[in-house]
Parts: sequence; C-alpha cells; structure tokens
Amino acid sequence: MERPLNIGVLALQGAFREHGSVLRRLGAKVSEVRLPENLADLDGLVIPGGESTTIMHMARLYGLDDAIRQFREPVFGTCAGMIVLDREHLGLVDLEVDRNAYGRQVSSFEAEVELADGGPSLHGIFIRAPRIRELGPDIEVLAELDGEPVLVRDGRFLLSSFHPELTEDTRVHRLFLDMVEEAARVGA
Amino acid sequence: MAEYGTLRVKTGLAEMLKGGVIMDVVDAEQAQIAEEAGACAVMALERVPADIRVEGGVARMSDPQRIKEIQATVSIPVMAKCRIGHFAEAQILQELEVDYIDESEVLTPADIEHHVDKWGFTVPFVCGATNLGEALRRISEGAAMIRTKGEAGTGDIVNAVTHMRAVFGAIRTLQTLREDELYAAAKEHRAPHELVRWVAENGRLPVVTFTAGGIATPADASLCMQLGADGVFVGSGIFKSGRDLVDDRDGWIEDVSRRARAIVESTTHFDDPKVLADVSTGLGQPMVGISASSLPDDERLEVRGW
Repeated sequence: MERPLNIGVLALQGAFREHGSVLRRLGAKVSEVRLPENLADLDGLVIPGGESTTIMHMARLYGLDDAIRQFREPVFGTCAGMIVLDREHLGLVDLEVDRNAYGRQVSSFEAEVELADGGPSLHGIFIRAPRIRELGPDIEVLAELDGEPVLVRDGRFLLSSFHPELTEDTRVHRLFLDMVEEAARVGA
Repeated sequence: MAEYGTLRVKTGLAEMLKGGVIMDVVDAEQAQIAEEAGACAVMALERVPADIRVEGGVARMSDPQRIKEIQATVSIPVMAKCRIGHFAEAQILQELEVDYIDESEVLTPADIEHHVDKWGFTVPFVCGATNLGEALRRISEGAAMIRTKGEAGTGDIVNAVTHMRAVFGAIRTLQTLREDELYAAAKEHRAPHELVRWVAENGRLPVVTFTAGGIATPADASLCMQLGADGVFVGSGIFKSGRDLVDDRDGWIEDVSRRARAIVESTTHFDDPKVLADVSTGLGQPMVGISASSLPDDERLEVRGW
C-alpha cells in the first residue's frame, strides 16, 4: 500500500473511539468527524453505535446529514449507525429497521453469529440492538443470527446490528477496509 | 446460545453512551424535553438534587408509575436511582427493566457500610466515586460504569473538578510505579490489587467514566470533557434554570430546552471554542445555585459512599 487509508469515524456521540483503535491497529489513518468539512479527503466513513436520536439530532444541526448523503466513499454503520443509514433516516440503504427490537438493556446479549460464507462464526455483542425488518432485493446478507440478517452489504455500504468494535476479532473491520481499498483503486 | 447480563454487555451500553449527556428527569414531560434536546439517556428520580436540598426528608427510589410513564414516552435508555445498599429497590428497578441503575449518594443511604452486590443483577449499575479507591471498590462490587461525584444540586462545578482530578491524577501516578510498588498502592487505595494493576497498565478505569454534580452551563460540560470525562450527567442544572415554571410555563420550557440542547452540543464539540461561544450565547437564567464551600458538612452528599 502506497499510503494508509484515511478513515473518518463520526464522533458526535457513541463508541467512536473503539472503532478508531481497531482501524488504527489495522493500519488505517483515523480522524474524528464532527463537522461537514471533516469529510473531505476521506476514503471511508464509520458511523458508530450510540443513541441514534442523539446522533441524528447532532448531524442535522451541523448539516452532516446532507454531507453524508453526498459522501461517495464506502460507509460502515454499526447498531445506531445501521439505523442512521436506513430508509427512514438518511435513506442511503434500502432496509427497514426496528429500534431496540430485542428489548431493553436486560435483554442485551452475546451470541455466535453464523457467516453466510461458512467461515468460523463471529462473536456478536448485541446492545439494545436494532433488528432488520425488511431488506431491499439487492442487499447481500453476510451473517445471520437465528435465521435473521445481522451483517449485510449493499454496494459500498456495510451494516451490522452488533458491535465488532467491542471484541478482539477484526474480521468485519478488515472486510470494510478491503471495500475501501477496492473503491480507492477503482476511483484512482 | 445467547448469554445475558455479561460484563461485556453491561459495560457495552456505557460505551454507547459516551460523548453524551444523561439528564435527570422527574416525569415524562421532562424526559421528552431531554430526548428532543439530544440527551443520550435520562435518569429517573423522585426529586432533582436541588429540591432534595431545599425540602429535606428521606430521598428514595422514584415511584414505578413515574418510571413506566417515562419508559413509555422516550426511546432512549431510561436509568433510575436506588439508595446506596438498598438492594430491594434495585430488584424492583430491574423488574421494571430500567436500562441502568444508579446506586446514588444523592438519595438517602440505606446502608452505612455495604453497597449493593451488583454482580447478582442482569441490569448494569453506575456508581459514584470521589477518588480512585472508591471507584475501584465499586467496580469490584460489579459496577459497570463510574460517575465521578460533584456536589449535586448546587450548580457549583468545583467539587466535580476536584474529584475528576483526584481520580485521573491518581491513575497517572499509578502508571509511574514499579510493579512491586503496586501492592502498597492497592493497600493505600483500599482497592483490589488486580484492579490497581489493570489501571496501572492501561492508564484508565476499566469502565466508562462520566462526571456529575454541579454542571449548569455548556462551559461546565466542556471543562469536564477536557479534563477526561467520557460524558456528563446533568441534574438540577437544566430543569432548575430559566424563567419561573409557575409564572411562565411556556417561557420555562423554551429556556430549559435551549439550555439542554446547548449542553448536548458543548459535550460533543467540547474542544471547539467557536461552537462553545455560539451555544453559550443568550441562554437565559442559569440555576441560581449554592456555593459548595458554604455547605455545612452534614448537608454534603458527596461524602456518602464507603
């Protein structure tokens, strides 16, 4: 690689530091995004878990909602990040999500997530997690829990309802960086 | 097989709250104002600390009816306070499925020696601390989040600053010690050696650390964030500010909403003085407050907790 990939992590509220440290460990250059101008020159963007109402509120205040709609590089959304990207919010990914659909915090859980490619399962941490209710026809399901999609890809968008940034397993972040690298190569 | 109530799931929710503001609310109306202002969670309690100070008496867990109304109104996490050591109140709060329990010195303590054994619960706990040893003792009892204490209900930030500096300063000191000096350090902090060693190696507490007590302005929130807090709790500072609730209800709603939004913005943009100057402008009357140093010892809440 000639230069490290520049990845921005939306840092309005939530677990943005954890994503940053995983991405740095994988060799990316990471910056925090709080204002629209912070999106310039990024190769990819992560929208972390947190409270989706807080993240949307803060994004709208500073015009980050429109700026993210115009951003053309790969985007990875986890948990609240999945909600922010769905039809009802930024409208960038063709899916509908039920918020907190597994229940309140006492129903938060850890479980093994089965990969569609048959690879070793991922350990998923689900915290007041969203549940995908409806999925557009072009969306690829990469992993399931009890037959329901929990990790999906829609072109340049990668979404998970669980938190890979809270475990030591870096496979999901690595997949995202592969998407970013591929997009950068095609774009260049 | 799904596992519930694990430490990772408990601390995980606190990770998701970082960079946010948790607001004290007494009813569903205040909870809605908080959610619309961008709060990342609300804390249900019977009375805000400023009123507990004025009215006196025993402060207890909130009425479950109030908690249910708040849960029905907002989609963000709902936390609630129980008295120190009052594990029966905690059991009730878990049954109500609150998202976090704050075992809080702001309420009247139920036990002057023991805190709740928090390992036995599925719901996570946040506990207050004035210094590193107290924080580590709470973590050893199962707390999944720490809140450095200030002097609640005063609107005076000085004690929150003192305790943050105490906790974060002690962590920096631990990092300078030799491995064989950590045993004596553990004794001095009255905390388990394992935890002391973890902190020395990692340079932080093993759980998310918010700050609380006396935050009344956007500048106060920024100060706490710059000193190293992961986020802030705001109690009386919002709903005890603005125009008079009884004389001018609409004016009060406008003022408290604007202040709540400003404190949320200043917590995210804590290191951007331009944003801070903008959001601090024209906020109306802050809570009047009491100077924390003028309080007699028996009215200080922060000393509760052992």
